[in-house]
Amino acid sequence: MSPHFSRFYGPKGWAVLGFLSLVVFILFPVFSLLVPQDNPFHISQYWVTLLGKFMCYAIVAIAMDLIWGYTGILSLGHGLFFALGGYAMGMYLMRQIGREGQYQADLPDFMVFLDWKELPWQWWNSDQFWWAMLLVVLVPGLLALVFGFFAFRSRVKGVYFSIITQALTFAAMLLFFRNATGFGGNNGFTDFKYILGLPITTPGTRMILFTFTAAVLIGTLLLGRWIVTSKFGRVLTAIRDAETRVAFCGYNTVHYKLAIFTLSAVICGIAGALYVPQVGIINPSEMSPANSIEIAIWVAVGGRGTLAGAIVGAGAVSGAKSFFTQAFPEYWLYALGLIFILVTLFLPQGILGFFSRSKTR
Amino acid sequence: MSSPEVTANQGATFGHVAGEGLDATHGVVLYLEDISVSFDGFQALSKLSLQIDIGELRCVIGPNGAGKTTMMDVITGKTRPDSGSAYFGQTIDLTRLSEAEIAHAGIGRKFQKPTIFEQHSVFENLELSMRADKRVRKTLFSVLSSSEKDSIAETLKQIRLNDSADRVAGLLSHGQKQWLEIGMLLMQQPKLLLLDEPVAGMSDEETERTGELFVSLAGRHSLVVVEHDMAFIEKIARKVTVLHEGGVLAEGPMAQVQNDPKVIEVYLGR
Repeated sequence: MSPHFSRFYGPKGWAVLGFLSLVVFILFPVFSLLVPQDNPFHISQYWVTLLGKFMCYAIVAIAMDLIWGYTGILSLGHGLFFALGGYAMGMYLMRQIGREGQYQADLPDFMVFLDWKELPWQWWNSDQFWWAMLLVVLVPGLLALVFGFFAFRSRVKGVYFSIITQALTFAAMLLFFRNATGFGGNNGFTDFKYILGLPITTPGTRMILFTFTAAVLIGTLLLGRWIVTSKFGRVLTAIRDAETRVAFCGYNTVHYKLAIFTLSAVICGIAGALYVPQVGIINPSEMSPANSIEIAIWVAVGGRGTLAGAIVGAGAVSGAKSFFTQAFPEYWLYALGLIFILVTLFLPQGILGFFSRSKTR
Repeated sequence: MSSPEVTANQGATFGHVAGEGLDATHGVVLYLEDISVSFDGFQALSKLSLQIDIGELRCVIGPNGAGKTTMMDVITGKTRPDSGSAYFGQTIDLTRLSEAEIAHAGIGRKFQKPTIFEQHSVFENLELSMRADKRVRKTLFSVLSSSEKDSIAETLKQIRLNDSADRVAGLLSHGQKQWLEIGMLLMQQPKLLLLDEPVAGMSDEETERTGELFVSLAGRHSLVVVEHDMAFIEKIARKVTVLHEGGVLAEGPMAQVQNDPKVIEVYLGR
């Protein structure tokens, strides 16, 4: 049974998607790689990296919209799944450095610094790319599956679920801060040099990562559309609106919530794995509770329950963050709070909801 | 969860016409016998006995505290009786099944306050409540078959919402919401429908239409209607059961019950 792609969006939606694909797959590579640096149309590394980063955020925002906007479960621990995917990729990238680190040793630098003689068990097979990819999917997925199973089975709902997911990501952050955990403590991983043998900082490699991220973003968006336009998606929305009624209709709501929570976590893990090689660093601060709250704000600002709104929100808020943290670094958190309050008061349906509403008027 | 067609005692009907798993060979869909329930010393039901026939439309009336809701709770597994037996058909012991199992066996219950999926269209409400494999993977890949579309269309016509199929359910009037919920129950193809004050809060016209709907459903389904609205009962009732202090006070055609001196004394007359 093939998904009915044509039904995901109307002609206008497909046109917008086609145009954006043109921008990221053709215009960006051409203007960044082929147009010489002194040409005013040249797109610099800075913008490629920045947009690549935003696209990773957008993937996370779609995952968040699936669980919050459509299913009504406000998870405030999605930053953890993102970071775990990032760490899984980061381990591989650390091993790719090989003997080119500061200590020119077989072990990653931080292990030499800690005077470790061999790789701890967590690092087993970490020099294999396929193994890293497996971890990127399995670690966030299994954690979400087990955690979600106990939470949903015990009927933990609403704000209580939000709070325990905050506690989860906070606990993980404290764990990863410890050197003994084996993931570089508070410094995390950085100084990456190669990915699949390619030098990681060259414009060519950067562009490969960039287009790959764009492809995953579009794929995630289409996957999300497929889910929310299926009967499964309608059950999710029904769970959001009247969960007991759904159970009375004979659906096991725990299975449904678990399925979407796990999928959402896996998507975040993949986004994290794409993020780390582009940004060049991963450390436990990615797991801080505030990061997960920011993800929820992206979705609220863009518009819950629209998927496209999640992308818009992630871009708008991260864009504002980039601007503020450069122009007025001390005021970013105030600005974020203000954005959130203004959106809640005046745009309860988010940016996208505002536009679709003004169109129908 | 097994597929809806497979139920434990399917092989035991020996060629008699019977619903899936429901052995109603004696023409009776529900037996209650000597059911007693007490809460903290309060006798909610005392030796209540009741039989509902296949395709029957039964009205249950009684003053407040007569045990109407407790009776519904016992049938749907929400409350366990202290003594007595409750059978669905010949073989399904309701006192041993969970609420979900009872619902799956074919007893649908409508509560007083309508609960529907407000953000979904009327059509989607019926689609979601349709009898189907409700496991995650099957639902993800589910595509409506033409017979399923037909059965939704038929239910839409029954509940008089065929013009509103694509409307968001939250925008329906109170009465239409009640109908939609009845439609959602019908999509689960119940053998027995329990309706708790179905016309509360409806306009006169809606009440009348609801009466017509129930009369048209009788025959295909068995219905038990608990209602306070005597005018409504008079219109649809064939057989009426009057409950009083947890037991059956009188039973029979409406006219006979209305003239029963015991009933007049405890309920109608005063």
